[in-house]
Amino acid sequence: MLVVACIKQVPDTTQVQIDPVTNTLIRDGIPFIINPYDSHALEESLRLKDNHGFKAVALSMGPPNAEATLRKALALGVDRSILLSDRVFGGADTLSTSNVIAAAIKKLGEQEEVGIVFCGKQTIDGDTAQVGPGIAVRLGYSQLTLVDRIEKIDLVQKTIVVRRKLEGRYEIVEARLPAMITVVRELNRPRYPTVPMRLSSAKAQVECWSNEQLQLDVNSVGLKGSPTWVSRIFSPERKEGEIIGDGMNDPVGAANLLLERLIDGDMLAV
Amino acid sequence: MEHVIFIAILSLSLSAFAFSCYRRLALVSVGKNEYRFDRPLDRLREMLVYAVGQKRVVSRPFGLNHGVIFWAFLVLALANLEFLVSGIFPAVSFALLPAPLHGALLFLFDICSLAALVAVAVAALRRTVNPPFEGARTFEAYLILSMIATLMLAYFVVNGVRIAQGMLPGTTATPVSNLVARLIMATPAAGALEQTGNVFWWIHAVVLLGFMNFLPYSKHMHILTAIPNVFLRSMGKCNSQEREAFQEGNSFGAATVERLSWKDLLDSFSCTECGRCQQACPASSTGKTLNPREMIHAIKENLLQNGAVIDKLSGDLQAERCVSLIGDGKKGNTKARALWSCTSCGACMEACPVFIEHLPKIVKMRRHLVQMEASFPEELLNLFENMEQRSNPWGMAPSERSKWSSQLNLRPFEAGKTEYLLFVGCSGAFDARNKQVSVALTRVLDAAGVSYGVLGKEEKCCGDSVRRLGNEYLFDQMAKETVQQFLSKGVTKVITQCPHCFTTLKNDYRQYGLELEVLHHSELIDRLLREGRLTPARSAETGRVVLHDSCYLGRHNDVYEAPREVLRKATGREVLEMGRNRENAFCCGAGGGRMWLEEHEGTPINRSRVQEALAQQPVTVCVSCPFCMTMFEDGIKEVAGSTTQVKDIAEVVALSL
Repeated sequence: MLVVACIKQVPDTTQVQIDPVTNTLIRDGIPFIINPYDSHALEESLRLKDNHGFKAVALSMGPPNAEATLRKALALGVDRSILLSDRVFGGADTLSTSNVIAAAIKKLGEQEEVGIVFCGKQTIDGDTAQVGPGIAVRLGYSQLTLVDRIEKIDLVQKTIVVRRKLEGRYEIVEARLPAMITVVRELNRPRYPTVPMRLSSAKAQVECWSNEQLQLDVNSVGLKGSPTWVSRIFSPERKEGEIIGDGMNDPVGAANLLLERLIDGDMLAV
Repeated sequence: MEHVIFIAILSLSLSAFAFSCYRRLALVSVGKNEYRFDRPLDRLREMLVYAVGQKRVVSRPFGLNHGVIFWAFLVLALANLEFLVSGIFPAVSFALLPAPLHGALLFLFDICSLAALVAVAVAALRRTVNPPFEGARTFEAYLILSMIATLMLAYFVVNGVRIAQGMLPGTTATPVSNLVARLIMATPAAGALEQTGNVFWWIHAVVLLGFMNFLPYSKHMHILTAIPNVFLRSMGKCNSQEREAFQEGNSFGAATVERLSWKDLLDSFSCTECGRCQQACPASSTGKTLNPREMIHAIKENLLQNGAVIDKLSGDLQAERCVSLIGDGKKGNTKARALWSCTSCGACMEACPVFIEHLPKIVKMRRHLVQMEASFPEELLNLFENMEQRSNPWGMAPSERSKWSSQLNLRPFEAGKTEYLLFVGCSGAFDARNKQVSVALTRVLDAAGVSYGVLGKEEKCCGDSVRRLGNEYLFDQMAKETVQQFLSKGVTKVITQCPHCFTTLKNDYRQYGLELEVLHHSELIDRLLREGRLTPARSAETGRVVLHDSCYLGRHNDVYEAPREVLRKATGREVLEMGRNRENAFCCGAGGGRMWLEEHEGTPINRSRVQEALAQQPVTVCVSCPFCMTMFEDGIKEVAGSTTQVKDIAEVVALSL
């Protein structure tokens, strides 16, 4: 049975700046990282491989350089890494992205039964949290979001019990397999690659699937298949800060001034 | 008849001894190759000074006692040689020598035997009353001491009998033997001199040969290996670790004995179990699992346990059949937790009288844990990822690296236009407290008119912590990047304010073909003061000031006097010393990557050091390392009501301008 981890390569957002003229992200020279939530999705798929005998597949849609992230997944121990990359996939919103990924999972399912698909709860660049649920709907899988613990997997009955982490409460949910699960960071602690695995992954094959393999209607993918598009990105304007008091010579006075200011501005309300 | 029996016993003993030594030392050859025969004359000198001269041995309490036993042994080796030779050829003895020479030898043997006897008694008393470490009162230790004592006593009786028999001149040349002769004459043994002499001669013979055959199976193996071990010592400081070749199919680090070097294995046979390493070790002495003595002992045990596997496979050993060096801490292995508590401060190596190199072994085992098993304390996952992705330990955005100097108008480094590169380091660039040190340092450099530039946002972490933590793969990547950057920018002279950057740039990067002139700021400031390029306008108001030695500046790189000289000139007062200073200084607890790990066991190392500093009642504790700064700041905050301040020496100098 397959477990699929959907991972996305994102720019390291602490280093992203916005071009004030074009209102787009300046990506030049910005290092890419695996979306932090996705690293937990990947880890959970590896745990299912280790503990339940699943075959783990890492899947990513993105430009050719996303291969680096998939290679890391190989270093961590997935059995296959597949990059979904084609010019016609470019400019996709969450709808057309989930179309492509769902099609890829369906294609994987033709070779071997897919049991579980893991996604991070959202990405740190788009922050929509829509792609995972989109995949579930398109594939007709059970949809389990914000999972922080896998309670039980029954491969005979084909059911899964998970705990969802919601605001102020937990929810224990049982669902039928196959299931799409989005995960939060509390789910696990990602592993670190061993050096022999890193070295062997450097030569391993990252499979690349284009639309030739998926045979999707070009109007349902990429920019053409996207009913939404980003018209502008900008940083919120921030008022110039000010220095309150003289912290070097009178730290107590400065702290008091700051407190007064916070209270006056009603900024300490709980 | 007796003569024939002796020859038979002697031949048997010598053969057994040779066989035992061969069996043990053959195990050493299973280790990896390492060249230790360069500079033979220097090695010989070191051996004379430290092994024959016992320089390190006598430098600590009760060391002189060992020295006396050792030197007496050297002299008595002659007497024992005569003893064995005359056992075979009764006609051959020193009595054939001219009388004055014979007399001189007898006198020497008499005095040395007495000295050894007294020293053995002191050793036994010390081990009983005030043992060097818990568990030092072993049967083996007392057995050896009593064997030595028996040898000396038997020697006196044999000689005493001979004097009484008139076979030896009973002159003042043999004061102790004369006394023994007189005592014998006062006992019933006087009527049976021949038999008494015989019995004690045989006691001497059996104990001597027994002692010899016991050596290879005990910690007293060091009698055979310690001297060569000093000859084969690392001729430089053990402040760096060897590179690894990152090719597929290779194994990384060491979890089995054959992954250690033959010298590592010889070290384990050379350990005298004196316990000095564990006394000096900041981890051991604050209640952590690590005990450097036990770690070395475990390697020996492990080697012996795996002896059978190694023999059969004639060196081509299968690791999976081998008992691992890392395990539950029982016989023949060391707990991973112990390996992680090392601060890499080097105090153990500085204390070891026979130059055992503990740190390289610990790093090799850490390398195995990190690189082969990806097994390490959980705090390190973030550290490794931050280092890999953002080249700093906190995971701050690299674009923030130059923020500390945004008001300072620093020049970028340009070969030909700026003389030095000021390598700020991660702490100096990101840590709030240490940023103040960076600013102070630029003030000092500017005041002295030093031509320097910085790399700003382009600077990367040197990789010290990841290397000491055993993540050599990551260090290799980081080192290559910085080395490449330095080469392309033409950097040749560097100033660092962090001893960890200092040692990495100076010693580790050499392995990557980069030879730099690296100065720690204390060295440069010392030079500037000396050359008159920097003149303090007034004495810095520091009050009583005590200096804490950074391990990577002091012990690992021998910079002890520069910080003291700088402080003296900048404050106009003497620098107070803690009880443990210079090469005996006690670590702050942050080296070896411990900066990024919680201290879950025992008492915090920094608390121990802070208390030692506060005992001098200082107004200012002076440090020369950003990690020490953090550890002291944190440690002093814990002490209720303490108003002691912590300052880097650059800050003190800046105050004097």
